[in-house]
Amino acid sequence: MATGMSHHDLSRRAFLGAAGVLVVGAVLGTRHIRSGAAQTLPGADRFLGKPLAADQVDAFLAIHADGSVTLFSGKVDMGTGGRIAMRQILAEELDVPIERIAMIEGDTALTPDQGSTSGSYGIARGGTQLRRVAATARQALIGLGAQKLGRPAGDLETSDGFVRVKGGGPAVSYGDLVGDRALGVAVDPKAPLKDSARFRYIGKSLPRPDVPAKVTGRHPYLQDLVLPGMLHARVIRPPSPGATLKALDESSIASVPGARVVRIESFVAVVAEREWDAVRAANALKVEWNAGPPLPDQAALFDAMRASSVVRDQVITRRGDVSALNAQAAGVRTITATYAWPVHTHGSIGPSCGVANVTSDRATIWTSSQGTHRYRAAFARILGLPPERVRVVYLDGAGSYGQNGAEDAACDAALLSRSTGRPVRVQWSRADEHGWDPKGPPQLLALRAAVDERGEVAAWETRAWLPVSTANLPSLPLLAAASARIPQPEGRATGLIFQNIDPPYTYPNVDAVVHWIPDAPLRTSPIRAPGKIGNTFAVESFVDEIAALAGADPVEFRLRHLANARGAEVLRRAAARMGWQPRPAPRRVDPALPVATGRGIAYIHYKHDETMVAVGMEVEVERATGKIRVTRVVCAQDCGLMINPDAVASQVEGNVLQTLSRSLHEEIVYDRERVTSVDWASYPILKMTEVPSIEVELIQRLDAPPLGAGEAASAPVPAAVSNAVFDATGVRLRTVPFRPERVKAALAGRPA
Amino acid sequence: MATLTLAVNGTRRTVEIDDPATPLLYVLRNDLGLSGTRFGCGLAQCGACTVLVDGRAARSCVTPVSAVGSQPVLTIEGLGSPDRPDPVQAAFIAEQAAQCGYCTAGMVVAARALLNQTPRPSEAQVRDALEGNLCRCGSHVRVIRAVLRAATAGGR
Repeated sequence: MATGMSHHDLSRRAFLGAAGVLVVGAVLGTRHIRSGAAQTLPGADRFLGKPLAADQVDAFLAIHADGSVTLFSGKVDMGTGGRIAMRQILAEELDVPIERIAMIEGDTALTPDQGSTSGSYGIARGGTQLRRVAATARQALIGLGAQKLGRPAGDLETSDGFVRVKGGGPAVSYGDLVGDRALGVAVDPKAPLKDSARFRYIGKSLPRPDVPAKVTGRHPYLQDLVLPGMLHARVIRPPSPGATLKALDESSIASVPGARVVRIESFVAVVAEREWDAVRAANALKVEWNAGPPLPDQAALFDAMRASSVVRDQVITRRGDVSALNAQAAGVRTITATYAWPVHTHGSIGPSCGVANVTSDRATIWTSSQGTHRYRAAFARILGLPPERVRVVYLDGAGSYGQNGAEDAACDAALLSRSTGRPVRVQWSRADEHGWDPKGPPQLLALRAAVDERGEVAAWETRAWLPVSTANLPSLPLLAAASARIPQPEGRATGLIFQNIDPPYTYPNVDAVVHWIPDAPLRTSPIRAPGKIGNTFAVESFVDEIAALAGADPVEFRLRHLANARGAEVLRRAAARMGWQPRPAPRRVDPALPVATGRGIAYIHYKHDETMVAVGMEVEVERATGKIRVTRVVCAQDCGLMINPDAVASQVEGNVLQTLSRSLHEEIVYDRERVTSVDWASYPILKMTEVPSIEVELIQRLDAPPLGAGEAASAPVPAAVSNAVFDATGVRLRTVPFRPERVKAALAGRPA
Repeated sequence: MATLTLAVNGTRRTVEIDDPATPLLYVLRNDLGLSGTRFGCGLAQCGACTVLVDGRAARSCVTPVSAVGSQPVLTIEGLGSPDRPDPVQAAFIAEQAAQCGYCTAGMVVAARALLNQTPRPSEAQVRDALEGNLCRCGSHVRVIRAVLRAATAGGR
């Protein structure tokens, strides 16, 4: 263990190997934090009081006397590769060796507020912002170098942490020029960026610095944090979201040593010196509850959505004239279909955790939240402290893919720390996470199209019933505050789930409207690629239905009206990689064969102005059981500039496999009281034996802006599966998940 | 309070336990400071807590510490370090076979158990051996490649 390291040394062992590949030595943190400190990075708290305003270079970086650099990133790395990519950007534009960069992420006391790490904007916005910061800093360093060297700035250049006179004259190091002082310059939005022909770091697949520690069990996770005097806690959640505490019997945990109950209104927890004692006490505690309002009937979910009152309609796209949908014109056929997307959990492999140290006048909260800056205000309000007295520090948890239970667990810990006067660690159980993380909302889309005699789309209509987000909601209502009856802003958040309900093709007559409905069965939050997966499932399956009606090849049918050249390229590339032979779907096969095989493809232009991606699949459908086996996935993606192509590939693979899991298997189940799918047996996810081969083609565009890689490739996945199953069997799946019983029923001609 | 002696990562370690049913996981993480073994479900469903007990993969979240006795326990930390990684760990690094990394320790230990029994597994054997280890980030393809790479590299 690297005790006694200064923070500058974190990556000292990074070196360029013989093959020119950067090998970064393990970044070792410590799980024990000294009393009063907040960062696992030793010495980090000496930066307290540094500038934080995002228009100042000093908010983002500090150049030290020894030439090393500390990068302060408001964007965090949940396993997505930002930890290497941000370093690559800074090293490139500042001209410093990458191994001299240490990085602090998502600490409200040390990092600028760059917004939540979400929406695929980590690099696209956060990285782009950092690039300009670094370019500004480089300009400032040249100015300082000009003074120091007594030469005009035009005579100077930078490399490897030095300002040099061009052509091999005298040089001065950044460390000597700045030496831990602030640069004191505002970020120049026009600071010149390096020409891509001179890229040394950007565009290289450098290995991620956190991987060696992760595969050897040394990586410090939030769950591992130990504070002096820390208590372990478990929260006793009510049987249903609105239930209130009726009675509790503290004597029921008398046999557990050192365990005691903490109660604030209906917020109930047990705390103990030892973690297992907290678990035992939570299991033993006898609690009675007053029933809350019942949950809606899950069997009627989608009918209820369609029949729901509507808060308001939102027109997403309206162009041309869709009257062909209702006219009985000769040769025009109309087609309608309804698609349903279920409620999902984020499904983090490690249940949420929160650690807090709250005293009478200040609080420090450690969380794996993707939005530490955003939630600082919420925690401050809940604790009744001014925001400047609250510090929220990001530490890695299990992948969250949106807002899982992290903020709730942090709130649990904060209230318990305040009540006990001790630092508290709250670890959620598996049932807590499946049952109580805010869920991905259900989606219902009804589509209609008119297809003319040439097989062209004469009119397209989308009607989407989606749970509405509360305007300007500053943060999600948190469970502990609700149970403790601490006032907080009420409302719902789902993310931008209206995007991509309209087709990405140049059909002349389109009418796409969201009916915003007031309710969702469970608390919701953004989940990876919010709404876009369910919407693209509907849109791209329906395009396939139209192509089949028109007797057209699905790829050719899409390309006909795909005006975006980069989009067309990814679709062509995916098809070529698959060895796609043009023909209409479904293929003609002998229905007596026990296993039907097929292929499908789907495309998205994410949010209509970001990443373009096409996903093709080959599937086998076992007729007797209804089991779908995806055997091969091909994905072509253009996300603009890729800082680290291998990290992008990793995101693409993850998007594909996670969404395959959601499409084939996943649905949160609830009765009239509570979520009942509270473990991996009742909520199965993709297993190793089900994983297909995946071929990823990435298009690097060194001179284009980065468009985001964290979500887009997930969106075409369910439509690609559905289209491939249709190709194999002639049967169309319109409700996720595609579990065997549902597929079997569809194959038998029953509603699916 | 009972005193137990465990053989963990080649060292005899003594712990004070008040409940003999305490799962090994909590003893490793909280009493012995070996936090690389992860809590994922507490139900033996996800594999994040996998350790080797007497050479076999075991779910430490449901293994009572009192049932371990003198059998040797090997955790992710005992397998190797960033400076001296086990071939499986080196292969995971080479393949960048981790995103959030929360399932990774269990994957690596389960793969080590497989290679101890079957030094040259087929891809199907790798998949079968890791069937009980869940991953949410979608690193599966890289994990399979890494285990096959470790096997080709000769295990140990």
